[in-house]
Amino acid sequence: MVKRTALLALLAAVLVFPAVFTLPFPRHVMIMIFLYGSLAVAWNILAGYCGQISLGHAVFFGIGAYTSTLLVARAGLTPWAGMAAGAALAVVFSQAVAFPVFRLRGHYFAIATIAVGEIVQTLVINWDWAGGARGVFVPIKRPDSLWNFQFHESKALYYYVALGLLLLGLAVTRWLERSRHGYYFRAVREDQQAAASLGVNVAREKHRAIAVSAGLTALGGTFYAQYIFFIDPESVLSLSLSILICLVAVLGGVGTLWGPVVGAAVLVPLSEYTRVWLGGTGRALDVVIYGALIMVIAVLQPAGLVGLAARLGRGRRG
Amino acid sequence: MEIVNFAHGEFLMLAMYVAFFAWALGHLDPLLALPLAVLALAALGWATYHGLIRWVLGGPMLAQIFATFGLAVFLRAGAQFLWGVDFRVVQDPWLGGRVALGPVFVGLPQLAASVAALVAFLGLWRFLARSETGVALQATAQDRQAAALMGVDTDRMYALGWALGAGCVGAAGALLAMYFYVFPDVGGTFALLAYVTVALGGFGNVPATLAAGVVVGLVEVFAGLLLAPAIKYAVVFLLYLAIVLWRPQGLFGRW
Repeated sequence: MVKRTALLALLAAVLVFPAVFTLPFPRHVMIMIFLYGSLAVAWNILAGYCGQISLGHAVFFGIGAYTSTLLVARAGLTPWAGMAAGAALAVVFSQAVAFPVFRLRGHYFAIATIAVGEIVQTLVINWDWAGGARGVFVPIKRPDSLWNFQFHESKALYYYVALGLLLLGLAVTRWLERSRHGYYFRAVREDQQAAASLGVNVAREKHRAIAVSAGLTALGGTFYAQYIFFIDPESVLSLSLSILICLVAVLGGVGTLWGPVVGAAVLVPLSEYTRVWLGGTGRALDVVIYGALIMVIAVLQPAGLVGLAARLGRGRRG
Repeated sequence: MEIVNFAHGEFLMLAMYVAFFAWALGHLDPLLALPLAVLALAALGWATYHGLIRWVLGGPMLAQIFATFGLAVFLRAGAQFLWGVDFRVVQDPWLGGRVALGPVFVGLPQLAASVAALVAFLGLWRFLARSETGVALQATAQDRQAAALMGVDTDRMYALGWALGAGCVGAAGALLAMYFYVFPDVGGTFALLAYVTVALGGFGNVPATLAAGVVVGLVEVFAGLLLAPAIKYAVVFLLYLAIVLWRPQGLFGRW
């Protein structure tokens, strides 16, 4: 009951946030929290619940971003159609790559997903129609309209769209947690052989998990393209983006509903503000701190901040 | 050893910087700096094991992946912080130019690097297969607990494995510095190729890795020649995925 009230209060606070903070920067930070939160939530479905640690999720993000942007720039469609098409394409692509990569386990699966990411990035860099290495601009359309998914006057609508993406991801995760498939996913994560011996179709469950994860990630990609107005292979398809997505989830707590959100709420402001303070020096001090942080988390608290909070809570009670 | 070092490329990058600074500050040719790079990297590998890997060995796989990933990010950004993003080149190394092997011209530094790599391969193979320590190392990789029960100090074996692996990277970095520019991100592509090569041959199998290395090299060259140089790595990785679909354990691996 207390938890439910707290959640409702948090939701209310998030909903009125743009009314209180009218400056662009705090809104931008919140939008980024929602975006990376939703990406980490999507990654978490495959990696956290199903145990398949993908280091190539930027591919799905890039498919979402490129599909919608190319449809807008080359065919004049509304980005919402592109968003749906991007998600569908990401799901189809995920099913195709799933055949080879799911034959591998553990570290070798992770390596194969990096290889997939590199293949796609290399091909897009050399694909002139899609802008190649120079990237593509989203054509600016005025005035602001929901149909064109472009809001230049104020970030408030972006804010609510990003929040909607995050809530969608959380709702799907919550539903999965309680559904039969959520239990199958976790069984696959804990022990594939045991799960198979109990009648779980391991391959089919993995395919399901990656399909849901890929589709949700692609939605975020379209949002990013419509928010930034420019995409190129480096910004939407690179390995560093894949790593960032995992990092958010790992910091918060993998395999938990709220972990990715907590991770985003900590990491995004940290990165936005360190970038503002230290980033301009061009010496990557913020990234040095990042790397150190990842190692510390891996060694001291692999269960993430949510795990740490749970342990502290238990310690107080017990 | 059942742990993949995702900072492998960054180790290579550091080795190249060792060779570069030995040349820039001490006027040492990369060939002379080679033992220095081997020692420095072996020490780094040893320290990485004791400072980081040991603490995640029993932990979840995720912690293992992210420990070395964090190290990679840290080293790469650290190099950028300390030495900037400039591309640096060792000028006029002792070995330069090219030699004609019949109708084929081969760059002398590249040739030296291949010969050194073959020597390292043979040495490593003999060490692992013949010496008592090498066998103990393999036993630890196969089954840590069983090896410990047979009286193998697995902690020392792991540290040795890391020092050995990093030492080899040290040699590779010094050789590579003769003909490749040095910058903080240099490791990325090489490391990914290294993982794919090892996975293609089969993990924990030295001769298979050598064979897979030849396959990867040939595919890379012919893809660059027949299709387009820009997509040669994509072809290598595609081939890897195709082979994995057919043999998940790699070409010569046992599962």
